[in-house]
Amino acid sequence: MIEYQNIFTQVQVQGTPEMGMDDTGGRLSAERSGKPFFSTLVGWLGNAQIGPINLGMLGVVSLASGLLWFFIVGMNMLAQVGWSLPEFLRQLFWLALEPPGPEHGLSMPPLNDGGWYIISSFFLLVAVLAWWARSYQLAASHKMGKHVFWAFGSAIWLFLVLGLFRPVLMGSWSEAVPYGIFPHLDWTTAFSIRYGNLYYNPFHCLSIVFLYGSVLLFAMHGATILAVTRYGGDRELEQIVDRGTASERAALFWRWTMGFNATMEGIHRWAWWFAVLTPITGGIGILLTGTVVDNWFIWAQEHNFAPMYDGSYGYEAYGSYEAFIGQEE
Amino acid sequence: MFPRWFDKWNRENPKDIYGPAIAIGVIGGAVFTATMLIAFGAPYQTDSLQTGPRGTGMSRPEFKTDLAKPDPGIEAFLASTSDPVVPQGGEETAGEARENVPPGLEGLTVENYDRLLAAMREWTGIPDLFDDPASYQTSVGHVMIGMTQNLNENWAGHVMANKEVGVTCYTCHRGEPVPSDIWYKISPVNESAEGWSANQNRVTMQSQYTSLPSDALEKYLLDGEIIAVHDLDSRVAGVPGTDGYPGIQQAERTYSLMNYVSNSLGVNCVFCHNSRAFYDGSQVTPQWGTEMLGIQMVLELNNTYLVPLEGLLPENRLGPVYADAPKAACKTCHKGYQQPLQGTNVIKDWPELATVSGEPDYSN
Repeated sequence: MIEYQNIFTQVQVQGTPEMGMDDTGGRLSAERSGKPFFSTLVGWLGNAQIGPINLGMLGVVSLASGLLWFFIVGMNMLAQVGWSLPEFLRQLFWLALEPPGPEHGLSMPPLNDGGWYIISSFFLLVAVLAWWARSYQLAASHKMGKHVFWAFGSAIWLFLVLGLFRPVLMGSWSEAVPYGIFPHLDWTTAFSIRYGNLYYNPFHCLSIVFLYGSVLLFAMHGATILAVTRYGGDRELEQIVDRGTASERAALFWRWTMGFNATMEGIHRWAWWFAVLTPITGGIGILLTGTVVDNWFIWAQEHNFAPMYDGSYGYEAYGSYEAFIGQEE
Repeated sequence: MFPRWFDKWNRENPKDIYGPAIAIGVIGGAVFTATMLIAFGAPYQTDSLQTGPRGTGMSRPEFKTDLAKPDPGIEAFLASTSDPVVPQGGEETAGEARENVPPGLEGLTVENYDRLLAAMREWTGIPDLFDDPASYQTSVGHVMIGMTQNLNENWAGHVMANKEVGVTCYTCHRGEPVPSDIWYKISPVNESAEGWSANQNRVTMQSQYTSLPSDALEKYLLDGEIIAVHDLDSRVAGVPGTDGYPGIQQAERTYSLMNYVSNSLGVNCVFCHNSRAFYDGSQVTPQWGTEMLGIQMVLELNNTYLVPLEGLLPENRLGPVYADAPKAACKTCHKGYQQPLQGTNVIKDWPELATVSGEPDYSN
């Protein structure tokens, strides 16, 4: 007998490709492209059928614009290492396309000092917004709610705060994030340190709460559904409108565990809001940094939630270097 | 594969062996691991040096195996040092008896001068040091002796911050004519770029192999730029990066310098700072003060003693990009240790190097 044993899907359906319905009177069918095929490997992780895809006009614009951004960044990196491919590969994670220096403010800087950054950022903006619009358009085509569109929008909010809203409010493109693997991580650390420790930013705290909360909710929900799959719990939509023993058992499990349970439908609202609030609160925190608050640690002291240590450090109690390296006489 | 009777017996006696096998494997493995840990001890035990108030995570961890190994340089130094010969008065001076005596050492007794010269030749790995007055090594050596004396006397606040330690030629040279861990100017490191885009995002020693700016040592330990990245009020009026307010870029450059310092000393951030408020002078540790003196000391070292060597050194000793003189920073002396040679008192035998006055104090 076949049953769920692990994260891999044990049962794969491979047959005539499913082309899906079309509520638009033929437009969706006409815009579909690519001959569908099956992949057993992909089938272990999800649906074995690959394609067709409905790219649409917005999808084409988004891909083209995104690739322009990608190549502008890559060519700048290549130019920085003197067009040497070995150096490009060796230093790939170190290289970056940096925003202009602070002396340029919001003006158009020279191409080799942030100008390419501004140009590529424009294309990235077009690419992301076109993909966002596409997620609305496809949802509308399928007469779905726009939940994915709004969730993606919350991520775009954080993206826009980092690269557009905050630099404009600060009056300098130099506040934006560099395009590079390690450099954007360096920027994150430097940003926190420059503005007096972002951990004392209450919206950063909220963002972390929702981020970790999302992880926890995801684990709880995934585990619960897998655990009641044997009772048909994986057919969540049916269970929402026609509660069966799977839902009963899942609900009882959590109510007896912690006194409260979500419902088969409500758990998805929990997950959606936690995920969406992560970048929303994070974006608010970033937007306030440098525009309203310049040093979060001092701000936290003024608002009485950064404790001061009582009395002196008591260094004499700390043990000496000589004792540490075993050379005490 | 197996004999037929075995397959038949197997078929007739079905048994789930995987469940018990996994259980026994897991439990057995855990018992084995626990036994080994108890019998032989944890393989990577650490010890830590507390540097701040309890509960703040301020400590410097080290592997016990590393702590048990003293700096190999200590033994080599102790083999090269010798007790000073206390002058009784009336001895012949080096200036009278020897040729090519470096300025400032003429007043030493011959015995002490010979002793010092032998040691300096061993420390620098130059067997004929000061023999040839025309050699560039002689003229550089003269500057270096003055530098060492200046360090010991005028920068005692750093080189003797905790106790008498001091520096000699060996602190940097370690038996080699060119000390390890020197640095040169290399910025800008990127082609086809200007400004902040040009000085960072490359794997260099100067950036400690991070993508942070590669010009931190140059700006802070040679040009003397102010090291400050925070605003000291919760709200200030200026725009970061202009109006004298540091930007994120300055924060990254400072972070590059701090990486260099911590790697040079084998320590972490919280050795000097309370990481919740890096800038706060009321929360830093005493080592922070020592470090601030060290930064000023290195600025003087580089600008007063090392940069002028540019005219004396041959071309093959100069930097690869700008043909500039080699420069010093934390690691040139510290070599990865919290105190150079782990705090070995190197100056007690060498009062000749402890003062710029030319009149060594042999009373200790």
